[in-house]
Amino acid sequence: MKKRALPKQTLPRLMRAVGRSRALLLLAALCAAANVACTLAGPAVVGRAVDLMAGAGRVDFPALARALLLLAAVYLLGNGFLWLLTRLTNRISYRTVGRLRGALFRKLCTLPVGFFDHTQRGDTVSRFVNDADAVSDGLLQGLTALVQGVFTILGAVVFMLALNPPMALVVMLSAPLSYFTARAITTRSQKLFREQAAQLGRLNGYAEEIIGGQKVVAAFRYEPRARERFEKINAQLYRTGVRSQFISSLSNPSTRIVNNLAYAAVGVFGSIGAIRGTLTVGGISTFLIYAAVFAKPFNDITNILAQIQAAAASAQRIFKVLDLPPEPPEPPGALRLESCAGHVQFQDVSFSYTPDRRLIEHFDLDVAPGSSIAVVGRTGAGKTTLINLLMRFYDVDGGCIRIDGHDIRALTRESLRAQFGMVSQETWLFDGTIRDNIAYARPDASDGEVVRAARDAGADGFIRRLEKGYATPIAADGSGLSEGQRQLLAIARVMLANPPMLILDEATSSIDTGTEMRIQRAFDRLTAGRTSFVIAHRLSTVRNADRILVMDQGNIVESGTHAQLLKKNGYYAGLYYSQFSRGGV
Amino acid sequence: MVVLVLWAGGIDIQAGRLSQGVVIAFINYANQILLALLIVSNLIILLTKSMASAARVNEVLDTPAEMADPERAPEPPAGAPAVEFRDVSFAYAGTGNRALEHVGVSIPKGQTVGIIGGTGSGKTTFVNLIGRFYEATSGCVLVEGVPVGRWPLRTLRGKIGLVPQHAALFTGTVAENIRWGRPDAGMDEIRAAAVAAQADGFIRRLPRGYDSPVERGGANFSGGQRQRLTIARALVADPPVLILDDAASALDFLTEARLREALRKTGRGRTVLVVSQRVGTVRGADRILVFDGGRIVGDGTHEALLRECAAYREICLSQLPAKEARA
Repeated sequence: MKKRALPKQTLPRLMRAVGRSRALLLLAALCAAANVACTLAGPAVVGRAVDLMAGAGRVDFPALARALLLLAAVYLLGNGFLWLLTRLTNRISYRTVGRLRGALFRKLCTLPVGFFDHTQRGDTVSRFVNDADAVSDGLLQGLTALVQGVFTILGAVVFMLALNPPMALVVMLSAPLSYFTARAITTRSQKLFREQAAQLGRLNGYAEEIIGGQKVVAAFRYEPRARERFEKINAQLYRTGVRSQFISSLSNPSTRIVNNLAYAAVGVFGSIGAIRGTLTVGGISTFLIYAAVFAKPFNDITNILAQIQAAAASAQRIFKVLDLPPEPPEPPGALRLESCAGHVQFQDVSFSYTPDRRLIEHFDLDVAPGSSIAVVGRTGAGKTTLINLLMRFYDVDGGCIRIDGHDIRALTRESLRAQFGMVSQETWLFDGTIRDNIAYARPDASDGEVVRAARDAGADGFIRRLEKGYATPIAADGSGLSEGQRQLLAIARVMLANPPMLILDEATSSIDTGTEMRIQRAFDRLTAGRTSFVIAHRLSTVRNADRILVMDQGNIVESGTHAQLLKKNGYYAGLYYSQFSRGGV
Repeated sequence: MVVLVLWAGGIDIQAGRLSQGVVIAFINYANQILLALLIVSNLIILLTKSMASAARVNEVLDTPAEMADPERAPEPPAGAPAVEFRDVSFAYAGTGNRALEHVGVSIPKGQTVGIIGGTGSGKTTFVNLIGRFYEATSGCVLVEGVPVGRWPLRTLRGKIGLVPQHAALFTGTVAENIRWGRPDAGMDEIRAAAVAAQADGFIRRLPRGYDSPVERGGANFSGGQRQRLTIARALVADPPVLILDDAASALDFLTEARLREALRKTGRGRTVLVVSQRVGTVRGADRILVFDGGRIVGDGTHEALLRECAAYREICLSQLPAKEARA
């Protein structure tokens, strides 16, 4: 029977991940062996005990007592080893999953920005939470049962053959039948488990999006529609879940039927043997128990396989992310840029996000160190893209970008990005105190430096007015602070990091002009001698730039100083004067 | 247990009461019972785990819906102002930050009001209270003469078209996103809204036009495009009160001017509140409210405020060339 869709490597790969805990595995195997030995010795002793109770008046009590004591000891020992085995496999499975989660998180940190632009956040989170859980559950139960099962089968075969080869044969032939029955069912449920995991991811993603956009949902009274759509996905998940559970649960009853048939066979052949004198009654009892003991792992193995397959389906989703190509690796001998003068050149640069929408074509630009460049233009004209290319969030399709003469692709990404301080359109703050957020790039900064940076950014004022000041915790979505306040914090962050070049993307558009003036002055101090790129819509901030680039459809249509461009009376002039068009909203 | 069965069985066999076969059967029964007990104990473990998780789910389910939502829409008194604030104060829970202090203003229907002010001066809080996204801590907010608490939430929010500061879009197509404003909107109405929002141009240039996919959060569009889509979304609902919360911040001036023109033409007695940082945007409004430190410090036309409101003058000085600021 062929394995479907799941790529061949998933299961072995998962097993390899488990195999890293070698010492524990060995110990677990030993415990399993010991436990099995005890389990298998039991029936033999039981058989002897039954033989000792040959009939009325013929019970050999002293011998029986000895046999029963032995039995008790064997049972206790067996369970002791079982307990130990469970603890070991517990640890193995949690360690393996812990490693997987760690690898996943590390991987996420190296993936190109494009990955996050194109995937649903909730789905990725689901892989961390739900899929990793499925792997650990499947591994935990699967491992314990698997190790036990293998040893049981081996041991039972040995014991049975030692006792009575013909009977052993009867048992050995009937048990595997149940295995094949169950396996036919399991392959069918495997596909459903995979679909289930995918739907769970989709459900997570949708919930995350709607919950994240709560205000808009409320504003547009979208709640009933959101509920409806959620119900639909939920119902799909339900149906798939029910089907997969149903099919996988068919395996137990079917194997039990086969087992009982085997039991009957043992009974029949055993009786024949007893009548003929080749087997004692106790022997029948022993083999009946062995039949059950021998069949159990076969039943369990199919269940285990189902669990392991569900775990594999989830592991597959995790591996998929782990296998994604990371940002292209640093070329060998990549230069670590320690400091830079800030000389930036764009040479014949071409780029587009998707091949059918050309954005930047054959773009040239030479920025002298320390100058400030303002980039203006219609929305979607390529301004944010310019920044994405500078920071190597995306790589150019053609041409090259140089900093201080070095092609930026020959520099390590980390050192390249460390040269830029960026304040972007959307502020990102994390779950921590205000101080933590400002010191994000330099966690070892002193309190004095943090306060100074905040003051330079104009944030110190409002921070001090808060109850806990710099120790005020910020919620992950930054609620409780106004848009402008968040931007001030982002600016303070950059000021603290003190980089040689600056990228300001719409940085000050959400701040009142009073505060903005203060920031402008602080930035003037900061930008003195530093190269800075400002993407602005506020022509007032652009007026002081050394050079203005006016972009349209991805090309620079005009460039020069403010005065020069106004005199030209072209595209820029039109943009500038529309600021004063009369007529209210 | 097997040991006990065997021992007792031995006694009984000795006494001739039982045969070996019965003892074997008993052992079998004993095993089956044990198995069943094992399953039950596993179940108890599972149950405990489930209860822990159930407690977490219940925690969310038990959170009381903070706002009472009345059943029926009251009759609004005739001639009432579109929006009215009576001595409203507000502080966000947990921050102790007094966002609004004793704000009182009355906005008649059909008026266009510009709202301008510094960071954290209370502008966004102000508009949030109109749509009852938060409850005022004291004072009363009225829409169409009825306190917001007396409107059913659905009705209230139907009257307010909100374009929030952060353009929030959802996975789906462009048309679907615009249709959020009104689920039964036809393509003509969607297109009309997009034209007014200055979005129709770039939508038509997309490979699949209105059926183009929108990725999570609208990540596949530029900031300005996202804003125009959210404006279209609010417009398609044709609300009596339109609130633009700094909604044009990512638009260049030319596009914004055209947007203002389009909104004016399709206005039809609509009350519009425009929150902005730019004087250029609010300057042509019928009336401008200047916010500072959670209070309204200026209320009047652009010219009047230039004369009387210091805060407004300061803003104009920083944005307009000197001679304009003295106009």
